[in-house]
Amino acid sequence: MSLLLEPSPTVIKDEKLYREMGLTDEEFAMIEKILGRLPNYTETGIFSVMWSEHCSYKNSKPVLKKFPTEGKHVLQGPGEGAGIVDIGDGLAVAFKIESHNHPSAIEPYQGAATGVGGIIRDVFSMGARPIALLNSLRFGELMSPRVKYLFENVVAGIAGYGNCVGIPTVGGEVQFDPAYEGNPLVNAMCVGIIRHEDIQRGVATGVGNTVMYVGAKTGRDGIHGATFASEELTEQSEAKRPAVQVGDPFMEKLLLEACLEVVKSDALVGIQDMGAAGLTSSSAEMASKGGFGIEMNLDLVPQREAGMTPYEMMLSESQERMLLVVKQGCEQEIYDLFAKYGLEAKAIGKVTDDKMLRLYFRGEVVAEIPVDALAKDAPVYHKPAKEPAYYREFQAMEPYVPVVTDYAKTLLALLAQPTIASKEWVYDQYDYMVRTNTVVAPGSDAAVVRIRGTNKALAMTTDCNSRYLYLDPETGGKIAVAEAARNVVCSGAKPLALTDCLNFGSPEKPEIFWQLEKAVDGMSAACRALETPVIGGNVSLYNETNGEAIYPTPVVGMVGLIEDIRHITTQSFKRAGDLIYVIGEAQPEFGGSELQKWLEGRIFGPAPAIDLTVEAKRQKQLLTAIQAGVIASAHDIAEGGFAVALAECLMGADGLGAKVTIAGDVTSELFSETQSRFIVSVKKEHRETFEQLVEAKQIGEVTDDNTLLIESVNGEAVIKLSVAEMRSVWKGAIPCLLKSKD
Amino acid sequence: MKFAVIVFPGSNCDVDMYHAIADELQEEVEYVWHDEENLDRFDAILLPGGFSYGDYLRSGAIARFSNVMKAVQKAADEGKPILGVCNGFQILLEAGLLPGAMRRNNSLKFICRPVSLKVENNETMFTSSYEQGEIITIPIAHGEGNYYCDEPTLKRLIENRQIVFRYYGENPNGSLSDIAGIVNEKGNVLGMMPHPERAVDVLLGSADGLKLFQSIVKYWRETHVITA
Repeated sequence: MSLLLEPSPTVIKDEKLYREMGLTDEEFAMIEKILGRLPNYTETGIFSVMWSEHCSYKNSKPVLKKFPTEGKHVLQGPGEGAGIVDIGDGLAVAFKIESHNHPSAIEPYQGAATGVGGIIRDVFSMGARPIALLNSLRFGELMSPRVKYLFENVVAGIAGYGNCVGIPTVGGEVQFDPAYEGNPLVNAMCVGIIRHEDIQRGVATGVGNTVMYVGAKTGRDGIHGATFASEELTEQSEAKRPAVQVGDPFMEKLLLEACLEVVKSDALVGIQDMGAAGLTSSSAEMASKGGFGIEMNLDLVPQREAGMTPYEMMLSESQERMLLVVKQGCEQEIYDLFAKYGLEAKAIGKVTDDKMLRLYFRGEVVAEIPVDALAKDAPVYHKPAKEPAYYREFQAMEPYVPVVTDYAKTLLALLAQPTIASKEWVYDQYDYMVRTNTVVAPGSDAAVVRIRGTNKALAMTTDCNSRYLYLDPETGGKIAVAEAARNVVCSGAKPLALTDCLNFGSPEKPEIFWQLEKAVDGMSAACRALETPVIGGNVSLYNETNGEAIYPTPVVGMVGLIEDIRHITTQSFKRAGDLIYVIGEAQPEFGGSELQKWLEGRIFGPAPAIDLTVEAKRQKQLLTAIQAGVIASAHDIAEGGFAVALAECLMGADGLGAKVTIAGDVTSELFSETQSRFIVSVKKEHRETFEQLVEAKQIGEVTDDNTLLIESVNGEAVIKLSVAEMRSVWKGAIPCLLKSKD
Repeated sequence: MKFAVIVFPGSNCDVDMYHAIADELQEEVEYVWHDEENLDRFDAILLPGGFSYGDYLRSGAIARFSNVMKAVQKAADEGKPILGVCNGFQILLEAGLLPGAMRRNNSLKFICRPVSLKVENNETMFTSSYEQGEIITIPIAHGEGNYYCDEPTLKRLIENRQIVFRYYGENPNGSLSDIAGIVNEKGNVLGMMPHPERAVDVLLGSADGLKLFQSIVKYWRETHVITA
């Protein structure tokens, strides 16, 4: 639309055109009051993106306040590109997770790719060198051609971007459930390393300092992406394909290297990624945080297409762009630095003292808005919450008693469930080794990346079992955090902090808002119990298709510190003769379990219980034992229960088997998903020390016969399976489903 | 001995190559930006993996026109060891320093995993520390590693023992004759898809790549009398 054809302020008001941009009548009235006049088309657009849930967190802010965000190691909490935690030696780790769900539902390759690109920029804009990528993905059942298409292309998009930029994709999780049929989830996490003195912030300060634009040119892609992300998916969403951006990982690589050089320069005042709402959010947020204003001449913005209007430029979400504030007079240094990488840095404006965002275009002021109104003073809503009827029903249910007759067949069936099955098909496509620091590759509990030049390493994981959250968001929220911490501990690390990506349905529905509140309550309780503060994250609401919400899915991305690389531990059994122990006892808990899903085709009843004091104690004991050097392998018991976990300990252990004895109810012992449990193996010589440090029960030994043998107390074989058979089922499941044509 | 690691815009295994030389091999090494025109001060040239120029047009197709490639050509003519890994191999093919071309993997997917290789010729300056026929584990990470050349070229490669590494067991990308790495006729330019620089530390899974770099140093020591 050319500038002349844009609707006039009165038309915008009279015909309520702001509604199409996602603003409510009340919000439009607020804007009128703030400005003391009617906003023009550009200004309306700017308000609409900045006040979208995606940028303003207007619906989730009151809930997010509940998270504990402080800890003695936290150097940067929520509110910047990424949170930062001290890891000693003058080093710190910066990390964040972010969603790119809606774009990926419409255009999976580019949606996923640009999700990766965005999160990388968030991390390097802090001045940190990105060292690892993770992701958390949800799809419908791997049956329909549409789901297969989404799955294959999301994975290809993540690979295509991350591999090219040269940051290893070291871990993640993929789960499949009908709840995500029309609304897949694509959450990407980036972890970076930074020296304390290099920490940057996205602020604009110092009157007269220069505002610079670097990176790709601005095009018409992604206009209103943030607004699109803040509404439900419908059949009409396909028409919003133009709101999906296109990624250029090569440009990102150049930008990354150049920006990491720039952050070493004293000329730099502030730096921020042009992410959601692009030029608008980066400029308004930097000015608001700095307590200054910004004015920009849009004629100077590098443009990919001719005839772009201020509205289009300000709302474009073209990728691989950064906004810098540079000390006045130091511009040349910055130009030269970017020129080395073939990039052009361009001065497009300056910092002012009047706390206004002022935009010039062809010599005229085309927008003039107080920056605080766009950023920190955006509206906040306290949405009503209501306990959903289904929850009461589930809580009131009698415990579900699954009927299992053939235990071996059941174990094989569970190993073939895509959520449990090997994700080799996925991570085979990710370069998980580049930068040669990946000590534990994808496939174990957490990925481990060493920190070159030190004796330390970082363990990292993403986790969330949303089935538990659907059944009981508070308990499920606790479990999500606890499980992430378990995975980190099993790798030999002390959990440091977490970043979260809260994927939920529409907050306009009281039942959904209740899920959000309860989940955050549960997560916060677990964060306190496990001493892992929330240092940042992202909220993705409106994950609904034609009125159906996804399961509440607050994905937890956690990072832990391994003090000594000798503590690095994996889940695979190491040698025949090692003793196998289990920590924790099984209860008949099958609500939301893989077994229930497989037998009944749906989930119901209460979620498994979790006692956070017990959880914290067991994690502490296990970590102490790992640090004492008496643990050969450690693995948490998660989806599918004990039998699946035990099988997983054998998948990567060539030639080994296991012989264990179980007592009690066989089905519960094998398949219950009771929380806070682990399987560890211990060298015989360490038996005494181990038993002093950890409350655990010895159940058997690692063998060298390539067979999994589970016996009852009276010596009967409950399950006897060759590891080769289990491995082939487990590894073949996903490739097999992708190949099947029906 | 002094190594150069050439850095193109989009190279991303440059750091790995650098550390393999500096930390594990403990030899001198320097990053060299793609616009450099003189490599005379170096004894060996390493072209690392990555996505030079974003792999746009075709892997390696743009990088071959970089200023530094003339100097690489000169170093090759002088008989200095030149090693191109992954994207480095692709650039050597595009530059005509090695024969043949790369196609996309037959799975049409990027593949990253450790693979088994067989040392087919241990009489080169890159492989003398290996046993003939030794089976080694080196990771691959590429989308276009499906090597191809015409019949006469393949015949020459075989006759001249220019095939240095073959995939052993499973061929991950469909390459002709299971080719994983080849040298030029003179034997001083090696291109290979697997990443030896990723296999220099058992902590990360394998140190089988170290012998390749050690072979280069051994060759250099044998051909350069050190005058103290």
